[in-house]
Amino acid sequence: MDRRTRGLYIERAVWPIGRGDRNFWIAVAVLGAVVAAGVYAWIYQVQRGLWVTGLNQKVSWGFYIINCVFFIGISYGGAMTSAILRLTNAKWRAPLTRIAEATAVAALLVGAVYPIVDLGRPDRFVNIIRYAQIGSPIVWDVTAITTYMIASFVFLYLPLIPDLAVAREALSLSHRREAKLLAPVYRFLSLGWRGRPAQERALARGVGIMAVLIIPLAVSVHSVLAWLFAVTVRAEWHSTIFAPLFVLGAMFSGVAAVIVVIAAFRKVYGLQRFIEAKHFRYLSYLLIALGAAYIYFMVSEYITDGYVFEESTTPVMEALFTGPFAIAFWAFSIGGLLLPIVIAALPGRFPIARAVGASGLVIAGMWLKRFLIVVPGMAEPIMPWDWGRYSPSWVEVTITLGSAAAIPLMLILFFRFFPVMSVHELDEVEGRYEPAHAPLAPGYAPLYAGGGGDD
Amino acid sequence: MPIAFPQAEAATPPKKKRQWAMVIDLRRCDGCKKCTEACQTTHDLPQTFEWIKVFEVQDKQGGSYFMPRPCMHCENAPCLRVCPVAATFKTDEGVILVDQSRCIGCRMCMAACPYGARYFNFADPPKPPSPFAQPTPEHPVPQIKGTVGKCMLCVHNTVDGKLPACVSACGMQALWIGDLVEDVATNGTDTVRLSSLLKDNDAFRYKEELGTSPRVYYIAGHGQALQGA
Repeated sequence: MDRRTRGLYIERAVWPIGRGDRNFWIAVAVLGAVVAAGVYAWIYQVQRGLWVTGLNQKVSWGFYIINCVFFIGISYGGAMTSAILRLTNAKWRAPLTRIAEATAVAALLVGAVYPIVDLGRPDRFVNIIRYAQIGSPIVWDVTAITTYMIASFVFLYLPLIPDLAVAREALSLSHRREAKLLAPVYRFLSLGWRGRPAQERALARGVGIMAVLIIPLAVSVHSVLAWLFAVTVRAEWHSTIFAPLFVLGAMFSGVAAVIVVIAAFRKVYGLQRFIEAKHFRYLSYLLIALGAAYIYFMVSEYITDGYVFEESTTPVMEALFTGPFAIAFWAFSIGGLLLPIVIAALPGRFPIARAVGASGLVIAGMWLKRFLIVVPGMAEPIMPWDWGRYSPSWVEVTITLGSAAAIPLMLILFFRFFPVMSVHELDEVEGRYEPAHAPLAPGYAPLYAGGGGDD
Repeated sequence: MPIAFPQAEAATPPKKKRQWAMVIDLRRCDGCKKCTEACQTTHDLPQTFEWIKVFEVQDKQGGSYFMPRPCMHCENAPCLRVCPVAATFKTDEGVILVDQSRCIGCRMCMAACPYGARYFNFADPPKPPSPFAQPTPEHPVPQIKGTVGKCMLCVHNTVDGKLPACVSACGMQALWIGDLVEDVATNGTDTVRLSSLLKDNDAFRYKEELGTSPRVYYIAGHGQALQGA
């Protein structure tokens, strides 16, 4: 990569920083309004109690548990793609990792709120810590999600450190006062980064450790989320394949989410030159592989249950294949699983549009799949004579929409202050560890002045 | 039937531990739901809270029979294991109780219970609480919004030697309360040896195959399949 391209890359990476044009504020206002509606609905629910939801004695878990699983699943894409691309040293990762990692944190923050939204007594949440029973899957969840969230923050933060100087410099170009105000924040966050070789080595080690660590942590989160269901005696849930199925489903939907988010920022922030069709093709391969594995797991699950047609599993299987949930089930199986794989796998034109279309279907499909896990499992007649019913209230729908809008809102605000593409990562894959020799873009030369060479 | 102690002894009742059990005679139940009503009156519960719920079961011959379902007070209780805050606990007399002042309302126990015996308080209980109301796990009246409640075998009655509300309300004498230690059971009219009652009538426990070891036994008799027993 020549000096000019690198300059252009930095120019694009910092373009959103300090941006305050009309489109930016419209986006913030619209997303903020949807989020505010969701927050209002939550306050409404807290004041009145859970009767304002569509939940009932039979189906006592609904949208909130579905959303918890769904959004934490979305956060997988960020953590996993970024970690896997780093560990396999995929050179094309540079423009993608920052967006992927930020998406992971944003989705995780949203998903982690849902267990609290679901509580009958959110004011007593601290009881989980005060009286923690180590044998309870809820305690496993809280522990795993907290650990994973800290790790995700660190995984976003570490590679960001060398870019903080770039960010501050960019901000001071457009908003000198704001930059001055935030200078102590950037300085504090940068932890005295100077780009010295020792610091570079420490950072590389740290990022490497996190990339390895984030994978088992991510796997643990969706495993314990699966055990929330699998350790009960309900026939649909009481299954050994649940944990791997959940982990795979989370990766599948997560990669799809990363594709959609990357495509959106590529278009809006004008990153076309650096995020190209090949990136979407490579991510599509990942999506296809995960989707195929998911189909395999699902077939394995239904064959073992369906072939025997045991008395306990029969009602839910019938409800899914031919009964009241059949439309949703086949919509997911065909529209959310087979179709996107075909769309993404076919050779030919419009690789980006096809990747995004397939990903959209996968995201919607995986939400539906979580619905098909939670609701029929709850509604199934455990006393063999009564099916439960569930239809969500406006409160649940509003909270769901508000939380979904919170993800793009958080991302837009984040990239208002931090580079959307990792500059340091680019230098790393392009083999420019020595800042002294690094050709700098005009305007960013002072960044590295005084750094390097002194140890 | 309350056991009449002489006055002097009643002041310091014997410290004998009981192990409560319940026997439900399906041959006698006529589905009148008096047990459910009595339970709701005793515990100030709304209509939808059927801590003892009477199901009408269609059998394979085309007939039907009634099956009351209280909390099974499992010895190996799935609800107890999954509670994150130990709000659900087992007394040393084998009754599963809920401490509603600790419950966070996550409803994990409702997902875990194979009998659907647990009820979540989505709203406030119907009757305004008396100013002296002091809900405890042993006397959870009134129920607390946002927490889970269930049949607690009327330990507030049994501690005084009285029958659970459902047992005394049953006009068919279909419900028996018994003590496994003393090996005695009563339905309010008759008092019999518990082990003989179970053995002579081929009593079974519902969903025995799950390994929950319920403390509630059923006596079949309307041609329904004998489960487990």
